[in-house]
Amino acid sequence: MSTDGVNAGRRRLLIGATAAVGAVGVGYVAVPFVKSWNPSAKAKAAGAPVTADISQLEPGQKMTVEWRGKPVWVVRRTPEMLAGLKRIEPSLLDPASENEAQQPAYARNEFRSIKSEYLVLTGICTHLGCSPLFEPEKAKLESTWEGGFFCPCHGSKFDLAGRVYKGVPAPKNLEVPFHSYTSDKVLVIGVDKEHA
Amino acid sequence: MNKLFTNLMGWVDARFPATETFEYHMSKYYAPKNFNFWYFFGVLSMVVLVNQLVTGIWLTMSYNPSGEGAFDSVEYIMRDVEYGWLLRYLHSTGASAFFVVVYLHMFRGLLYGSYKKPRELIWLFGMGIYLCLMAEGFFGYLLPWGNMSYWGAQVILNLAGAIPFVGGDLVQWVRGDFLISGATLNRFFALHVVAIPLVLVALVFLHLVALHHVGSNNPDGIEIKKNKGPDGVPLDGIPFHPYYTVHDLVGIVVFLAVFCAVVFFFPDGGGYFLERPNFEPANPLKTPEHIAPVWYYTPFYAMLRAVPSMFGSAFPGVIVMGAAIAILFVLPWLDRSPVKSIRYKGWMSKVWLGILVVSFVVLGYLGVQPSNGHTLGIGNTLLAQILTVLYFAYFLLMPFYTSIEKCKPVPDRVTGGSH
Repeated sequence: MSTDGVNAGRRRLLIGATAAVGAVGVGYVAVPFVKSWNPSAKAKAAGAPVTADISQLEPGQKMTVEWRGKPVWVVRRTPEMLAGLKRIEPSLLDPASENEAQQPAYARNEFRSIKSEYLVLTGICTHLGCSPLFEPEKAKLESTWEGGFFCPCHGSKFDLAGRVYKGVPAPKNLEVPFHSYTSDKVLVIGVDKEHA
Repeated sequence: MNKLFTNLMGWVDARFPATETFEYHMSKYYAPKNFNFWYFFGVLSMVVLVNQLVTGIWLTMSYNPSGEGAFDSVEYIMRDVEYGWLLRYLHSTGASAFFVVVYLHMFRGLLYGSYKKPRELIWLFGMGIYLCLMAEGFFGYLLPWGNMSYWGAQVILNLAGAIPFVGGDLVQWVRGDFLISGATLNRFFALHVVAIPLVLVALVFLHLVALHHVGSNNPDGIEIKKNKGPDGVPLDGIPFHPYYTVHDLVGIVVFLAVFCAVVFFFPDGGGYFLERPNFEPANPLKTPEHIAPVWYYTPFYAMLRAVPSMFGSAFPGVIVMGAAIAILFVLPWLDRSPVKSIRYKGWMSKVWLGILVVSFVVLGYLGVQPSNGHTLGIGNTLLAQILTVLYFAYFLLMPFYTSIEKCKPVPDRVTGGSH
């Protein structure tokens, strides 16, 4: 290549400008490839609320319903279980539900529920997303165990209000999904006053 | 006949560097004559790679990458497709075999300083290959759509979810849904069978080009190119072909005997190659009782679990796990020793390499054990924490112990070698 009479400064500018415009073009071309990985319209439409009939749920029992592909638990707590919630508080990381993202305002109370008897939780561990096991019996995992949930993946423990223990891998209380009651015994998950 | 062949090669060589390439990489590639047992694992990785590519292509012919069809199509391959069971077991056993030979190949590099100048790029390309293998293992493990596939992917994807601020959106973008679904499975299939293999094969090519450019290291860590005969051939080198091609064939036969024994008699590897909960279909509502990754990830998984959550986030554990892999990349710049091979390094390098091997193996064991159990009377979590520190100490203290220890004198010419 002949370099006689080359204006080096202009050549550098032209190379730089061409490369910059090319880079912008590459950026725009990348958009459809990146965006195509987002949830599709079909996936977004699948998030409809679900209704659960809780009339058959006996005290101390748990039922699981599927909402947005995740397990949602409904636990009917006995008075003894509710009493245990107070006793276990010293072992908990966030007993007063101070992390507001983990429950709607109406479940930010000592039982983390609308009705103290019925606990509604998203059954996904806040550590890495496994589904914890229901261990309602007292003293099952350790002598002070008041009943709760145990995650088999990494050993996180939660009480019967979904509140996380101290010193376990999970950093947050289990999430309470937004929900409401259309009657005494019919629960709707995915609908409340703010989220219709 | 011979003349015809000569003429034909002449015609080709005038248009394509066939003979030249063969000579450069095979018949005139001079490898040190003192290769030992550890030098089989490079070529064995190539054998397993070919096995994975061929059986993988054949499996795609009968596999159905959809949430509804995936699990059934694997059973269809196992029961209805002629020799489908063999193709699948070759592929699933090949995945474990790949990590066996690659871990041993990497250990060889640590043993003889094969990552040291001028082979840093070979090491970096190799680490790229290792990352691709891990990605292949991860994406491929979702494809059977068993319950362990599902929850294993859930746990690993949620690792990314622990990244502050962007984690949740990132995970949703990767999943393409609000949970792991058929959309996730379909894209993992595309990545597993097309995208990552292309990158992997390109990196293997670069790994070999860089290797043949600088020449192979050897158990003495001596540069054979420093001692050349009058013909310009290294005095301690022998042509790769025919000497090492034939030599490696013996290793390949022995390897295949062991490999086939596993394929035919223990294809599930006692639950470690094919985990038992994976014989039931993916169930988004039920986590298997005991969840553990496949054995080749367990050392890193044990490190992840060993780190407690801090500041309301599981991110520190993720950082530690990522750092355990990332630190391998900078290894060539951590080793300050004047010698390459462990044969001539001081006692501290030997002790630390031993500590690394023990930590890695025991962490691998702990990764499949429940974190609340005990091993040798020590709590598994505490033991994993100690071993994680030792694993990192091998790397982080390397600049110190390699520069202060007393090394033995390195001979001018390689020792041993029966050729």
